[in-house]
Amino acid sequence: MEDFGNIVCSAFIVWLTLVVGLIVLPAMFGISLGITEVYMKVLVKTLEWATLRIQRGSKEQQKPTTLVSNGIILRDDGSMEKEITDLRKGRSKPQINGEFELSDIFYFSKKGFESIVEDEVTHRFTSEELVSWNLLTRSNNNFQYISLRISIIWVLGVCIRYCILLPLRVTLATIGLSWLVIGASLVGLLPNSRVKNWLSELVHLMCYRICARGLSATICYHNKENRPMKGGICVANHTSPIDIVILANDGCYAMVGQVHGGLLGIIQRAIVKACPHVWFERSEMKDRSLVTKRLRNHVADKTKLPILIFPEGTCVNNTSVMMFKKGSFEIGGTIYPVAIKYDPRFGDAFWNSAKYNMVSYLIRMMTSWAIVCDVWYLPSMIRQEEESAVQFANRVKAAIARQGGLVDLSWDGGLKRAKVKDTYKEEQQKSYSKMIVGDDSS
Amino acid sequence: MGSRASTLLRDEEIEEIKKETGFSHSQITRLYSRFTSLDKGENGTLCREDFQRIPELAINPLGDRIINTFFPEGEDQVNFRGFMRTLAHFRPIDDPEKNKDPNVSEPLNSRNNKLLFAFRLYDLDKDDKISRDELLQVLRMMVGVNISDDQLGSIADRTIQEADQDGDSSISFTEFIKVLEKVDVEQKMSIRFLH
Repeated sequence: MEDFGNIVCSAFIVWLTLVVGLIVLPAMFGISLGITEVYMKVLVKTLEWATLRIQRGSKEQQKPTTLVSNGIILRDDGSMEKEITDLRKGRSKPQINGEFELSDIFYFSKKGFESIVEDEVTHRFTSEELVSWNLLTRSNNNFQYISLRISIIWVLGVCIRYCILLPLRVTLATIGLSWLVIGASLVGLLPNSRVKNWLSELVHLMCYRICARGLSATICYHNKENRPMKGGICVANHTSPIDIVILANDGCYAMVGQVHGGLLGIIQRAIVKACPHVWFERSEMKDRSLVTKRLRNHVADKTKLPILIFPEGTCVNNTSVMMFKKGSFEIGGTIYPVAIKYDPRFGDAFWNSAKYNMVSYLIRMMTSWAIVCDVWYLPSMIRQEEESAVQFANRVKAAIARQGGLVDLSWDGGLKRAKVKDTYKEEQQKSYSKMIVGDDSS
Repeated sequence: MGSRASTLLRDEEIEEIKKETGFSHSQITRLYSRFTSLDKGENGTLCREDFQRIPELAINPLGDRIINTFFPEGEDQVNFRGFMRTLAHFRPIDDPEKNKDPNVSEPLNSRNNKLLFAFRLYDLDKDDKISRDELLQVLRMMVGVNISDDQLGSIADRTIQEADQDGDSSISFTEFIKVLEKVDVEQKMSIRFLH
């Protein structure tokens, strides 16, 4: 038994040394040994082959391919006024503006049924459907058994992902996070100086790079000249907690958030020693003016790192950008918008917090093929004089949506959990009332 | 490694639904996906809350009436068959040449059935007549608080006066059809499905 114990120990030490030597150290210094590149090439080739086989297979079986096209139905884009006026055209009476017709009900019922068949919002809170299966069980919704070879590759995939990649990634993540806590605490012991700031940035960068390797993340940064500068606010669309790792791989940010307990709390307390982040107590979060004041103070200090904020306030599935809460846009200062788009073929980055807790989510992340994403830094924006915070927020949102190829929605991400406000229904009722009584009454 | 969708929806069921509603195979599968994504309780049926979770439907002034059409008298759950049967009313009208089989009863999406569907949206107590009260209630849903009771009352009176032919101060289905005979029901009460 002892011999066995010794063998296991030494094997473990050898493996750990390999990991540290081949992955951790190069990651810390931003050098790539090319292992990930090779892995990605093999992966892409395999997935392409699988796609072709599946397409051939479904043709042979003559099953109708359930195309995941852009939608189930084609909707009319007309306004309420136009649609209802169209409906009334059939009447023989001359049209008097300000009249009710029995046919008006058709407009509302058709709109209602269209939204039952397909709406813009509810599917943003579940993972994106894939065009072709990517050999992960979790994304297997509509794909059927095709051939023995695909099944073998799938089994192989499962083995590789769970037995090789998962332990590797867990080790890397542990190393990365421990290094962050230890390194940040050590740096925190130093007196405030330029050296301290430089060291703190180094520690943060190294740790996030290790974590990124821990997820097999391949990130492509575009337009690096627009990178957020000190004293600014960085604003991005939110898909998962991993967004932070993705962005922090290429720059240092001050985080904003609530104080947590447990592991996250330890990390929070450690990194705030090294450089100023903005953590709020739960009770403080409710006081909007207090929050704005603290953020404003941080932004005013040009030596402090740019704040990272996700104005959607919740995770959405990376096919759209939902309403940006205006709070972040009232602080003032320069806004640096960033668009993040994940490639869903390699792994589903969206955190469906209703379905998975943080731990299950991280395990899902670590058993995906890889995380591949594009990050675009957009030119900075400042609020114009005549612009309200809401208009400014919408302008920034539109720019991010356009760059990332995402749908620009004005629905609130909070609809994931909360009911929609009655004010929208009241708006519709008001418009309709104007149509039936004419414009003489307000 | 089978697909979740089709293991729960057997081919025979798809055929039955196809016969009953006229939807194509791919439309039925896609609508089944939609049905399961709305079914948060994962028990194969939808309840009213499942519908109300759709924001665009929740803000529709007639949202509640529309949701009601899915639930027959006294029931709180609708299964996939019931769901499809109600949706079938909004299928575009078929080419009359295709359906020459005299044994098949009138399809759910015929012009007549579409008009009947709309009629039932007004007819709250299901007595086959739209009374002044019922019309007022539906109007109130559509306009909210923006119109006074008096004004709404006169609108309802005017509408009934124009439509009523047998003098019973309410609108029967025949009178309803007559009023709407020039309306393009085919297009306005149909949803355009892709493939």
